[in-house]
Amino acid sequence: MTAQLLFFYFGGMAVAGAVVAVFTPNLVYSALSLLMTFIHIAGIYILLNAEFIAAVQIIVYAGAILVTYVFVLMLFNPEQEKRYFHKQYKIGAFLGAVVLFLMVFAGFKTEILSKGGPFTVEYVEEIGHTRAIGNALFTDFIFPFEIASFILLVAMFGAIILAGRGIKKPKGPGGRVDLSSRRKAKEAIVGER
Amino acid sequence: MIGSATSINYIPIFIFIVISLVFGIGTLVISYFVQVRIDDPEKLSTYECGSEPISDARNPFPARYYIIAMLFVIFDVEVAFLYPWAVVFDKIGLFGLIEMIVFIALFLVAYVYAWKKGGLEWD
Amino acid sequence: MDLIIQIVVIVVHIAVVLGVVLTHVAYLTYAERKILSDMQDRLGPMEVGPHGLLQPLADGLKLFFKEDIIPAGANKIIFSAAPILVLVPALIGFAVVPFGRDSFFIGSIEFTPYITDINIGLLYVLAFSSIGAYGILLGGWASNSKYALLGGLRSAAQVISYELPLGLALVGPVLLSGSLSMKTMTEAQGGGFWHWYVITQPVAFVIYMICAIAETNRLPFDMPEAESELVAGFFTEYSGMRFSFFFLAEYANMILVSCVAVVAFLGGWQAPLAALDFIPPIFWFLAKVYFLLFFYIWLRATVPRLRFDQLMAFGWKIMLPLALVNVLLTSIVKYFLN
Repeated sequence: MTAQLLFFYFGGMAVAGAVVAVFTPNLVYSALSLLMTFIHIAGIYILLNAEFIAAVQIIVYAGAILVTYVFVLMLFNPEQEKRYFHKQYKIGAFLGAVVLFLMVFAGFKTEILSKGGPFTVEYVEEIGHTRAIGNALFTDFIFPFEIASFILLVAMFGAIILAGRGIKKPKGPGGRVDLSSRRKAKEAIVGER
Repeated sequence: MIGSATSINYIPIFIFIVISLVFGIGTLVISYFVQVRIDDPEKLSTYECGSEPISDARNPFPARYYIIAMLFVIFDVEVAFLYPWAVVFDKIGLFGLIEMIVFIALFLVAYVYAWKKGGLEWD
Repeated sequence: MDLIIQIVVIVVHIAVVLGVVLTHVAYLTYAERKILSDMQDRLGPMEVGPHGLLQPLADGLKLFFKEDIIPAGANKIIFSAAPILVLVPALIGFAVVPFGRDSFFIGSIEFTPYITDINIGLLYVLAFSSIGAYGILLGGWASNSKYALLGGLRSAAQVISYELPLGLALVGPVLLSGSLSMKTMTEAQGGGFWHWYVITQPVAFVIYMICAIAETNRLPFDMPEAESELVAGFFTEYSGMRFSFFFLAEYANMILVSCVAVVAFLGGWQAPLAALDFIPPIFWFLAKVYFLLFFYIWLRATVPRLRFDQLMAFGWKIMLPLALVNVLLTSIVKYFLN
């Protein structure tokens, strides 16, 4: 009973946060409500005994990815930007509907409730969730794991290349300061003394 | 009370979060009602070394911060993989060690690339 | 009925821990002023109570009754929410810290020396400490002040940069103990101080301490506040109770990272020698935490502030590779010793 109540609380707050994130005109509020969504999703993971995933949910999504978003908001002065419907919103709505359909379809199709895999609640309880994940990840799923590290490497190249374009064209105040000129100025001051 | 033993351990944390939120908001609200408030436009203006504030404070800032944040996301995911590995290291033995050496080698390739391309410079 | 008793026990636990932590925060500010003034050959606070002992109380009351100004052009909601977003993560980290060894009983009700013991205790602390960056970033942004915004951006960049080596340094103790639970980790270090991970993981300990100082924005890494150049960084525009929340959070974070350091590297509540076991475990825990806090304050009196570019380069170019090499070497040595 308590578990159900908590599930509906976490789920409801997660959905509410996501809805506010989509519809609020202020991008900072949007980021904050997304933070709320992430934390409540971690709560749902806890209810499922998936402690490690819950921690990673907060560390990676709330602590890293969303922080990057907030940094970008700080860089582009969000309050002056007016929210508008992007021209491609029809395509977006269509893709969203397809994904939603697939998720619901998959939910009905899989037999989660009827047939248990090797990772039963008792098994995970006994050895601990982090251990269960580690055992699976570093023995049976070693290939996906190494692929993941390769994808992260590619992501790093992409990040540097994309950001590299931004660095070379400084705009406004706070652009790149020429270090050599600063050094020359310093030498001049020291020389005067 | 709730599904299983693992989740029960988290109930105190849930209550703790609620209590500290109530503590934080409650203190601010009570303080709001007991304090003296005298409004004055000069007092409300932002600090700028004594002179009148010039232009909006929310100017665009260098892209440096953005690069650091992106590098952080990527490395943070890699670090997250290290924890389950460290926990089961005893069991997986040499195989696990070699896997992680390969993983960290790829990590280092990315790191060296970021360094060489100036992603870690701050000027 | 049983459920109600359980919840009451939990609430009592939380109330005790909150009370102890907040008292420590108050007296840490006092201790800092006293120790600093002793090191600089001054007296420090002397007026309120004997030797100024009631000074923290006076400061708290003053801040409570002070007007908290919301500057013109600030975003009111975010401006008010930011201090809470900083304070709450700093407080709830204490939920998983094991302060002692033995539970004590009133009747048949058990009072454990920790609020809860979860399997991922260490990750839990790391997860919520990364949430604290939002409060700093948004507080700086909402103030609509150049100093505050720059301070907030710097602070957040610093916090996330040092989070990586901090996390990597903690992988060492996890490798050795095979657990993320703070309780199991403490128990794995029993039987004398040579079992403490500070002996087997000295590099990780040094990296952890340096990164912890940077994470809590303390000198010599207090760039975001940098009184002399950024006025006070992200809380330039804050006053009254909201200001004191940032302050509370900073000192609570200092205590929290010290507690984690004690658990992960200094054996938690374990006595250094078996012969000293007659002294209660909680005493050892507190003694170790006080030692680290003294070290913090000592550092503030001794070391000058770094420049921001030096600080970022230090984190990314020295701390991160060092922590990574430490993880690799630890695992290789551990494999061959088994």
